[in-house]
Amino acid sequence: MSVLEARGLHLQAGGRTVLSEVSARFEPGQVTAILGANGAGKSTLLAALAGLSPPTSGEVLLDQAPLLGLPPRRRAQRLGFIPQTPEIAWGLEVRTVVGLGRLPWLGARGLSGEDEVAVDRALAAARVEDLAERDITTLSGGERARALIARALAGEPEWLLADEPYAGLDPRHALEAGDLFRRLAGEGAGVLLTLHDLTLAARLADRVLVLGHGRVLADGPPRSAMTADILAVAYGVDARLRETEQGLSVDILGRWG
Amino acid sequence: MKRVSTPVVVAGLCFALVLLGAASLMVGRVWVPLEAWSSADPRWVIILELRIPRTLLAIVVGGALGMSGAALQGYTRNPLADPGVLGVSSMAALGAVISLYFGFYAPVLGGAPWLMPLCAMAGALIGVLVLIGLTGQASGTVTFVLAGVVLNIVAGAGVALALNLAPNPWAVNEIVNWLMGSLTDRSFADLQMSAPFVALGLALLLLTGRALDALTLGETGARSLGISLSRIRVLLALGVGLAAGASVAVTGVIGFVGLVTPHLLRPFLGPRPAGLLLPSALGGAVIVLAGDILVRLIPSAAEVRLGVAMAALGGPFFLGLLLVQRRRLS
Repeated sequence: MSVLEARGLHLQAGGRTVLSEVSARFEPGQVTAILGANGAGKSTLLAALAGLSPPTSGEVLLDQAPLLGLPPRRRAQRLGFIPQTPEIAWGLEVRTVVGLGRLPWLGARGLSGEDEVAVDRALAAARVEDLAERDITTLSGGERARALIARALAGEPEWLLADEPYAGLDPRHALEAGDLFRRLAGEGAGVLLTLHDLTLAARLADRVLVLGHGRVLADGPPRSAMTADILAVAYGVDARLRETEQGLSVDILGRWG
Repeated sequence: MKRVSTPVVVAGLCFALVLLGAASLMVGRVWVPLEAWSSADPRWVIILELRIPRTLLAIVVGGALGMSGAALQGYTRNPLADPGVLGVSSMAALGAVISLYFGFYAPVLGGAPWLMPLCAMAGALIGVLVLIGLTGQASGTVTFVLAGVVLNIVAGAGVALALNLAPNPWAVNEIVNWLMGSLTDRSFADLQMSAPFVALGLALLLLTGRALDALTLGETGARSLGISLSRIRVLLALGVGLAAGASVAVTGVIGFVGLVTPHLLRPFLGPRPAGLLLPSALGGAVIVLAGDILVRLIPSAAEVRLGVAMAALGGPFFLGLLLVQRRRLS
């Protein structure tokens, strides 16, 4: 059973403390949402957990072993990462881009039959089969976001870390993306997402980690971690968590203070 | 997107290379038709001593420039990159001019003939390292191109200074002639001096293929796929430094081949950077060889230098490219 753990993460960037004393342990089979206002350190924490931003002090452990001690290729096999504003340089076909997700697994001879099967599965899971032959630079923002989810899935990682995966998704595809993340967790993967939509986080996540100025303000299931007090401190808004027939819902009543 | 498969393109380029190679042995001030290709014919000496090394050198240099261009475009994710535009060739030229200037290369001084390629490669390597160092973490397209402009200016100033301080008109003449870039009167010695370094450089560049593909997703994307950016930077610096440096050392500056070749191939092969490396080497060889045959066919008193011809053809191409790019960006 693989466990991803942040232990006393401290990260300094440009003379500013971005993360401070962040400790958290993530178990597979769960969807965790990382919440917080702009600049609270969500993306930095996710990048640190993915082994892409080395912390100033503290460490990230994967199965008790330092993540940064793993060879990059091995790390990439186990952790899939979707950056927030993905840049795509060339007009590659979607299928080729998704195939890049197999890079950590490739032998000397390029994509094998097994790799192709994984690519097909990822295209199907992210519902982008019909876009497979399209030039990725001609896709809309939401279509591109789905293609990049497929790219991360192609590597069949134990952990999927996605920074703002919902940016640009229409309601229908957002629901489908939610189903996909839940299904991955159901299959035993660990899913970590940074999110801005609080209702979405409350309904989707098993657990939320709320950051404020680089510190952990709350950590736990949405019902206990998304209280009015915590949301007020984290976002500076007056917000209420409410039970509805469709699940939890977060109403933003106004500014706080 | 209808594309041609890589083996077909590679086979086509190889075929073109063989045809052009044969033509290159025949064409020149003295026409040597196929039936004269035997040791009994007096023109055989021309083929053996002049045309064969010249042809092989065109292939070596074209291959080096073509693949360097493809690799630099892949790394910078910028279709306007090539050793010339980014100042790597100028830095190599500066290195070579410094060795020329001090007369180390002049056989009369009994200098070491290895010094010039060595200086050129050192210049190219410094150029690539400066480029990569300047752009380092925040490698935006703009920084990279600006760094190239800086290198071109610095190298240009260095060369101008060497000309300025040259001890006599012959030295000036020699430097200027050499700078224009040409394959005229090259010998097997030049081939021996450059080919091994070019081969090594190209081998290193071929190793960067997957990392270049991954860089399509940006630096963060590439790192998340387990790509070590420092490794690819070292490979790229050494590869371009050796290949472009060794080429400039024996032929002077031949621009635009690295820029144009990947562009001509993309419509057939698609834009995946790794898929363009080897075909760009072949394509560059075809272009340089074709260009060299062309300059030999131009009926002029003095032979038009290959570097000059390439610049004359490459300039308008570059302009067209900018216009298309601008339309796409706006």
